[in-house]
Parts: sequence; C-alpha cells; structure tokens
Amino acid sequence: MDGAVPLFRMEGISKRYGGVRALEKAELSVTSGSIHAILGENGAGKSTLIKVMAGVVAPDEGRMMLDGSEVTFASPAAANQAGIVCIFQELSLVPELSVADNIVISDPPKRFGMIDRKAQRRIAEEALARAGAADIHPRALVKDLPLSRRQMVEIAKALARKPRILILDEATSALTAADVAKIFGVLKRLRSEGLALLYISHRMNEIAELADQCTVFRNGRNVASYVAGTKSDNEVVELMIGREYSHIFPPKPVRAPATAAPVLEARKLSWTDRLDNISLTVAAGEVVGLGGLDGQGQRELLLAFFGVLRGLSGQILIDGKPVTIASPAAARDDRIGMALIPEDRKTEGLMLPMTVRENLSFAALDRLSKAGIIDRAAEQRLIDDMVGLLAIKTAGLDIPVGALSGGNQQKVVIAKWLMRQPRIILLNDPTRGIDVGTKQELYQLMRKLADQGAAILFYSTDYDELIGCCDRVLVLYDGAVKRELVGAEITERALIASALNIHGEEMHAGQGADA
Amino acid sequence: MRDWRYWLAEQRGTLLAFGIFIMMFIIYTSNHPAGFTANVVQTASNKGVLLAFVAMAQTLVVITAGIDLSVGMIFLLTNCLASWLVIGTGIETAFGVFAVLGTGLLCGAINGAIVIYGRLQPIVATIATGAVYFGIALLLRPFPGGSVNEDLADALTGRLFGVVPASLVVLMAVVLVVWVPFSRSVLGRAAYAAGSSEMAAYMSGVPIRRGKFAAYALAGLLAAIGGLFLTFFTYTGEAAYASGNAYTLFSIAAVVLGGVSLFGGKGSAIGAIFGALAFRTIGDLLFVFDFDPLWQPLFQGVILLIAVSLGAFALFRVRNRLEWFL
Repeated sequence: MDGAVPLFRMEGISKRYGGVRALEKAELSVTSGSIHAILGENGAGKSTLIKVMAGVVAPDEGRMMLDGSEVTFASPAAANQAGIVCIFQELSLVPELSVADNIVISDPPKRFGMIDRKAQRRIAEEALARAGAADIHPRALVKDLPLSRRQMVEIAKALARKPRILILDEATSALTAADVAKIFGVLKRLRSEGLALLYISHRMNEIAELADQCTVFRNGRNVASYVAGTKSDNEVVELMIGREYSHIFPPKPVRAPATAAPVLEARKLSWTDRLDNISLTVAAGEVVGLGGLDGQGQRELLLAFFGVLRGLSGQILIDGKPVTIASPAAARDDRIGMALIPEDRKTEGLMLPMTVRENLSFAALDRLSKAGIIDRAAEQRLIDDMVGLLAIKTAGLDIPVGALSGGNQQKVVIAKWLMRQPRIILLNDPTRGIDVGTKQELYQLMRKLADQGAAILFYSTDYDELIGCCDRVLVLYDGAVKRELVGAEITERALIASALNIHGEEMHAGQGADA
Repeated sequence: MRDWRYWLAEQRGTLLAFGIFIMMFIIYTSNHPAGFTANVVQTASNKGVLLAFVAMAQTLVVITAGIDLSVGMIFLLTNCLASWLVIGTGIETAFGVFAVLGTGLLCGAINGAIVIYGRLQPIVATIATGAVYFGIALLLRPFPGGSVNEDLADALTGRLFGVVPASLVVLMAVVLVVWVPFSRSVLGRAAYAAGSSEMAAYMSGVPIRRGKFAAYALAGLLAAIGGLFLTFFTYTGEAAYASGNAYTLFSIAAVVLGGVSLFGGKGSAIGAIFGALAFRTIGDLLFVFDFDPLWQPLFQGVILLIAVSLGAFALFRVRNRLEWFL
C-alpha cells in the first residue's frame, strides 16, 4: 500500500471558527483500495476535516489534490461530482420523502424530463441490496424508519452515487450489531473493488477489524499515521491525549466520601433505546460530571430530569422523595428548584431578538411579579446582581441578546437560571464554542455555586473540563453508566478508555507499565 | 407486495379530502331541489374551480414550507388584465390569454426571487407584493368593467357533450400539464426536499433554490389561470379587495383540508383541489338547507376546525416534548 500513488491528498489545511482553531495545517493521504481510519478525541478536528473534503466547509488555507491535480469544492454537490461521498453523522436524509426518493436525490434518473420512477425504484432496490438492507421497502417514508434503518438508507444512498472515495463518519453509531456486521462485509467488498474508504469511529474494535491505515488527529493536526495493527490500544490512546492543559480550574474541595444526602437521585431510569437503567446520585455541594463520547444518552438524561421526556420508566427522587416532573415548568418550581443550561443556547436558551433584560428575567418572572404585573424595581435589582456576579459584558440591558459574544450569551443563559437560585443545576456542554477566558469564569462559578450548596450535574465533551471541575464522573456508553470515576481516578486516560469501552484491566496494566 | 399500503399512506391526505368532498357533495345534490343533474354539477364545478386553481397555486408554495399571501391578488390582477386583453379575434384573444398567463408567471417569479434571493420571509414578502399586484389591478380597473371573448368564455364554462362541465376538464388538463410534470420533475422533488429538511437537501446537493423558484413561479401561473376563469364567469374585471383576500385565506384552508402540511414537504395539489371543492360545498350545503347566509362563515369555520384537528392527533404520540416545537 505504501508505494501506491495517493488518490487524494490534503496539504496544509487550516480552518478557524472565530477564535477557535479546528484544523491547523492538517495533512492526509488516501489511497485506492484501502480503508483508512481517522482517530481522535471529540473536537480533535476530524469532523471539520471531512467537511472540508466533502465540500461543506471551505478551508482557510491549504490545498487538496485529486489524481495529482488540485481541486476545490464549492458545495457538497461539487465534491460528489468528483466522486467524494460522505455519510455524515447528522443524517442527510429528507424525512418526508420515500427511501427511493432519498437514495436518488442527488441525481434522479430521468425520462422525458421527468423523474423515471421505475428506474428510480430499480436503482434504490439495487443500492439497498448492495448495502445489505434489502429488507427496507423503497416506498417507505424515511421519517417512519427507526434510526438504525435510516443509517442503512444513508449508506445505500452513498453507494448509489458510485463514489471513488467514501467517507463514513460514525456511520455505525446508531446501528445494531447485526447491521454492523453486514456493513463491514459491504465495506470490505468495496475495498476490493478499489474504492478508498475513510472510516471515522470511536470504536477501537471496529477499527482493528477494518482499517488498513490509521491517522490520529489531535488539536486539529494529524499527529501520527501508522499501518493498522502496529500499535496497541494504549499507544493509540496515548497519541490521542498529549494535550496541553489550556484551562485553569479552581481547586476542588477535599471532601469525605458520602457526606451529604443526595439532593437529586435517579433509580433505574430508562427511556426508549436511548437510556438504559441509569442510577445516580448528586449531593449538595457536589459537581458530578457526565462523560463518554458525544451522543451516548447524556443529553437525554438531562432532559429526563428536566421533565421533557415522556414514557420514562424508573424513578427520580428529590431530597430522597420520589417525584414526577411533568414539564420544565414543574422542574423549575421551588419544591424541586432545578435549572437546565441547554446545549444550544441559540435555540433552547435564548430568544435572540429580545433584549438582554427580557432574556434575563424570563425564568424568574413569576417571582418578580405580583398579580401578573412585573415589579420593575425588583427586576432591576436582581438583574444588576447577576450582571455583576457573572461579569456580563454588554453595551446595555436593552440591546438584543443576539448582539453579544458567544461567551456573554452563555453567561446570560446561566444568569437567567441563577435568578431563581436553583438547588439543582444541570449543564449540557455549556462551554461549547466559547472563549477560554469565559470558560475559566464558568468553572469558577460552578465551584462557587457548589460551595453554596447547589447540586450540579455537568455534561461536557471536553475531557479536561471533566477532570478539572468534577468531584465524580459517570461515563456513559450506549445509554448506560459504564463506569464511575471518583477523585484522583478522573484522568484523561481513564475517561477515554471507558468512553471507548475498552476493557478496564487492560488500561490499568498499561498505566502500570508506563510508570 | 405491500406496495399498496405505502401508496395508501402517501395518498392518505388526498383520499381523506376526496372522501370529505364526495360525502358533502352527495348530501348537497340529494337535498338539491333539482337533484343530481348536469346543470347542478356544472354550476358547482364553475364555482369550485376558481378556488381549486388558487389552492393549487398555494400548494406549490406551501410544499416548500413557505406561504403565498399574494395568490388572491394575482388572481384579481390577472382578472382585470384579462378584461382588457382577452377579447377580439381569435388571434387577439389567444395573445391575450398568453399575456395574462405570462403576467401570472412573472408575478410568481418576482415572489420567488424576493423570497429566495432576497432572503425575505415569505409571509412579509408576499403581503408586500400582493399589495403591489392589487394596486396595479386597481389602476387597470378603477371601476368594475371590461369584457371578454364571450365565445371562449361560454365554451369553457359550458358543458362538453352536454354533460361534462368544461371547467372541470380544464382543471384536469392543468393538473396533467402543470402539476404532474412538476411533482415528478427534479425541481418538484427539490421543492419537496427543501420544505421537508432544507439542510439535508443542501447536504445532498439538491437544487433547492431552483426548486423553490419554480414553485413560486408556477404558483403565479396557476393563480392566473384562476383569474382567467373568473373573467370567463363574470365577463368583467373587478379589483375587489375583499374578494382577493378571501381567496388567499380560503386557499390556505383548502390546502390544509387537502392534507398538505403547512410545515412543508408533504401533500399534493390534487388533495388541495378536493379541499377547495369541499370547502365550496360547505357554502352550498347551507343554501340547500335554507340556512340564513349569515351562518355561512361560522359554519365554514367549524367544519374547517374539525377537519384540521384530524391532522393533529400525531402530537399525542410524541415521546420527547421538544419534538412539539420542531
């Protein structure tokens, strides 16, 4: 494989989003007839890399070579034309259209200028059969299919475009074991047909079975490339870590284990196929982290506590007493006193066109009003307190909150909830896309709130944060708690290993050998 | 195979609208003093096709998850224009018809360009253009008047072979010439895809903008066909503001009755046609039962509410409450 001329090369590719460097002079070579695995932590730059390849994102600098000549892609359609097809993590299927419509969507077969529905059906059936998903009916609507079937449709759709380079981004994360086995067979066949496959996965066993070549990304750079099977899992994890600590965390209190009674407790919480028998406790003054790969049920768990999910089984206890939380309004009620800092502040946290003042007082309006009339003086006092406490930088309280920087927007979301003095604070990846300075302030604030007696449940995709902020971390995998790490056990190595669901003892052995 | 089940699921909205219409129409004709005669059917058809054309126009835009509040005004504008142009010798009349249809197409294209390339909200953009179109209509016909080629008008509002209403035949022809090719073309599919999930469509390399533009432009054309027919029935042009607004709002009602989702991506113009015919029949029902016409708006509203709530049952099955807002 080494002597082969690369089919596709990326040289010196960089991409920034605001102040965040997603890719920094990244390089990648792809050869025909091989499966190339891309490894790296959350946020290592893998997603941006393939978005550049697939024409979704334009790089700030660097060049791409296909068959030895330079190419640029203005759109996903242009990349498709060149034979690069990507199966994205977020599905690219149109829900109201049928499976067959979706499979041929980029280039439907035509007859007399109209879509030839017979040919379309034939192509769809062929593609579904090639993907090993002949059980899916081409006329079924995509929105009626379960997630794992949609993923198979996505793969069939990619195959119908006759790609030369096929990129699979976490394409197996929603699949059942039987489907994964089928897909592996399909991928191996495609490899023997001469396709180049890029395979992005967090599942080490999948990579071990499939990959010919591996490249590890870290902080937006490719840090190592090696022939599959020449490095142990431990060495790979080692390569994926090695990140400098860029954040400063407040000191954690030294606490005797199991001092306080739990404020928030879950017993055997399950919901559809996303949450699997989760039990946990959070005590007053404690910061409990939720770790694991993105999308293992962390978000759903927080939503379950916050009264958003229906058909939840198991029990939620507040102060040791079972409660039913039927809505976010019930969750924030004083008897429960819960607050959720959502993942996407732009859609779930803020009303962007409304003013900073209005956004700040939304959650506390009931407390600030008498007989439905808002007490403007009390509102102003509380808002002043919050703006001071969180050091929100704004040109005024009456400008639209959308005009603030990302970090200050996030502060507004948090301040909005702090105005109610919640006892239980759920945070869903609150530092995503905000600058380092604001991150530090948030870490300080979190610890301060905990010291004042709040119970904090904190989901983060950034392992450094979990290590720096949490007293305990629960690692989720496939909707279940796989491991609980307490105090000094919370290391990057342990977090990554349990997130990837690598066998625990192996990792301990590795740790011993290193020391 | 289970193919027919999928077909049934696809056509559910259309079939439901068809069922509602047939039921109402049977009640109507069986209580009509004259009964089910060619004459009664012809009158009903002539009244129904106007809203049917406008509802088809609305469907195209609603499929892209937009809305066109100017359809009623395009309908009026083309009516006023036709009362000037669709007259005289055969050739002059033919020229007039093309000019009227071309004007409708142009109005729709302007809407599309503003919404797609100007990135304005469809609601606001079409309220504004609708006002402009009405303004032009008013300049064309400050007072009701004008005339139309009566031979053509009578032929298209009369009966073929003494039984089949000609307006109904034209409606079916338009479905075959405009709707069927559109819905099966790449542009049509792009319109559906853009309405259902614009992001997924973009990621799949679908020509979203051209699809949406085609939908808006064809909507203008269909509204113009409606405007032509209005002229054929009335022999005059009239810029009646209230009537234009009523057609716009009724077209939205007809579209919803016809199983077209206001969220986009779902439904068919054929459903909307039956929705329009059903909506018209509600009014006629009051007539045969000798209700005071004062009751008509109230009655129509209640029927519409019932029909629309049939579509809301899916919300009870949602397990993640955030999906209510998607």
